[in-house]
Amino acid sequence: MTAVLPPRTPVQRPTGGRLIDQFEYGLDAPICLTWELTYACNLACAHCLSSSGRRDPRELSTAEAEAVIDELQRMQVFYVNVGGGEPTVRPDFWHLLDYAIGHDVGVKFSTNGVKLNKARAAQLARTDYVDVQISLDGATAEVNDRVRGTGSYATAITALENLAEAGMKDFKVSVVVTRENAGQLDEFKALTDSYGAQLRITRLRPSGRGADVWDELHPTMAQQKELYSWLLANGDGVLTGDSFFHLSAFGEALPGLNLCGAGRVVCLIDPVGDVYACPFAIHENFLAGNVRSEGGFQRVWQSSELFADLRNPQTGGACTKCAHFDACRGGCMAAKFFTGLPLDGPDPECVQGYGEHALAARDLELVTPKSHIDHSHKGPVRGQPTLLGIPSIPAKICDESPLAGLDLR
Amino acid sequence: MTGPDTGPVTIPADEVPFDPSLPWRKSPSVALRPEPFGALVYHFGNRKLSFLKSQPLVAVVKALAEHPDVPSTLRACDVPEAQHRAYVTALATLSRSQMIERRDQP
Amino acid sequence: MPEQTETETPAPAAEEVLTEDSLVEEVSIDGMCGVY
Repeated sequence: MTAVLPPRTPVQRPTGGRLIDQFEYGLDAPICLTWELTYACNLACAHCLSSSGRRDPRELSTAEAEAVIDELQRMQVFYVNVGGGEPTVRPDFWHLLDYAIGHDVGVKFSTNGVKLNKARAAQLARTDYVDVQISLDGATAEVNDRVRGTGSYATAITALENLAEAGMKDFKVSVVVTRENAGQLDEFKALTDSYGAQLRITRLRPSGRGADVWDELHPTMAQQKELYSWLLANGDGVLTGDSFFHLSAFGEALPGLNLCGAGRVVCLIDPVGDVYACPFAIHENFLAGNVRSEGGFQRVWQSSELFADLRNPQTGGACTKCAHFDACRGGCMAAKFFTGLPLDGPDPECVQGYGEHALAARDLELVTPKSHIDHSHKGPVRGQPTLLGIPSIPAKICDESPLAGLDLR
Repeated sequence: MTGPDTGPVTIPADEVPFDPSLPWRKSPSVALRPEPFGALVYHFGNRKLSFLKSQPLVAVVKALAEHPDVPSTLRACDVPEAQHRAYVTALATLSRSQMIERRDQP
Repeated sequence: MPEQTETETPAPAAEEVLTEDSLVEEVSIDGMCGVY
């Protein structure tokens, strides 16, 4: 007689109560997830979370990507955030976009705008269930291009113009807040308003190439406080991706779930099918599995050891004793990991100052964890960011062809 | 037929009050995904995301289309009378985000 | 977008004390950390 397996019951899951208490124990499918379609990119931004630049030869094929979408449909993941690298440099990007939408998976894609000419903008404007997010890290070319490279501001603005002119609705401009642009929040708002777009600001994490520029780019304590005040005053209509929940320890909680979603409500599928807890944690310690394995993405999401660990909420740890823990939940796992701090201790940018103490208390000999997954361009890149003091090769005005596919080794 | 506990619920601002004596249904643009604690509800049109935090409420939302009004739906789903008010309020919230909509009289 | 098919889930017998704001919680699709 065949044994009948009992239905999967969550261990010690509370009944009723707050939603986030439920989320800490995980869900049968992510609410939404990030999917990096390619590591190829025409840019070489100084702080790239995914250390993108060169295409990985093991990238998922079109058929494999379609199979992932089929799975997402079966799991009823309603919405996926597509990024990279620069997703639009994949020749099959537009096909995959249509495929996802045709299979009940809404798409938001994040782009530097390089491919959003008038025709594509018009196409997007007449397509339902697609959302576009243009990356921009300065309200002026001077501030933006230092981090993203010469010409990148112009490319983004052209894309915004094209989208606005085509009648696209609800598109977004996504800004990573840095020491250099933290004073431009009002300008960002005005800029996005002028195109009928929505402003989204997100937190810089010491992830990918971000680790190399973290010390000079992450906002100061004073800037964090100003940012918090600005969000409280202007937060309506400004998205944050819940990435500033660590600031909630300043006082009133910001809108959003105010918790780390990694492995619980969100995750990352990378260009070669690896599943990580979060796009800011592309490191072998946060690798849950691969969609090419038996059972596909669903098996990884539901049964991987890493995610089971993350869904077993930890008790104890230095942060839980703090009066503000309930508001900040100990901050960002990736930020702690890549600055060499213990995961059950304070966030490096803890607004109460505990992070600074913890950073100072680190072993002087400590080498902070580095990811081996690095697809950065090897040689000099035309128009590359000047943040690190490397002289820039002048960019061609109409340099549209990505370096993707070129092996620069 | 409305009782004292399930009369129209006032919704803030300029919105039309939710009337549980009318026939309702889950909106066709809404997908409902079961979760261990209830369900995730996503509206493909307005991109709103809600969580139903009880299994009986999930059953009620699904059953709305088969009943002439909210009270009869609640009774059919064995929701205790004492909880009817809370359920009506929950449904009013869902109507505000267009997760449920009025359906034409059969 | 076509309507999703849903699987039936059994209703638990628990009689929770329900407060009026405990049954439905709205979340922003952009409101969870770890997404672009």
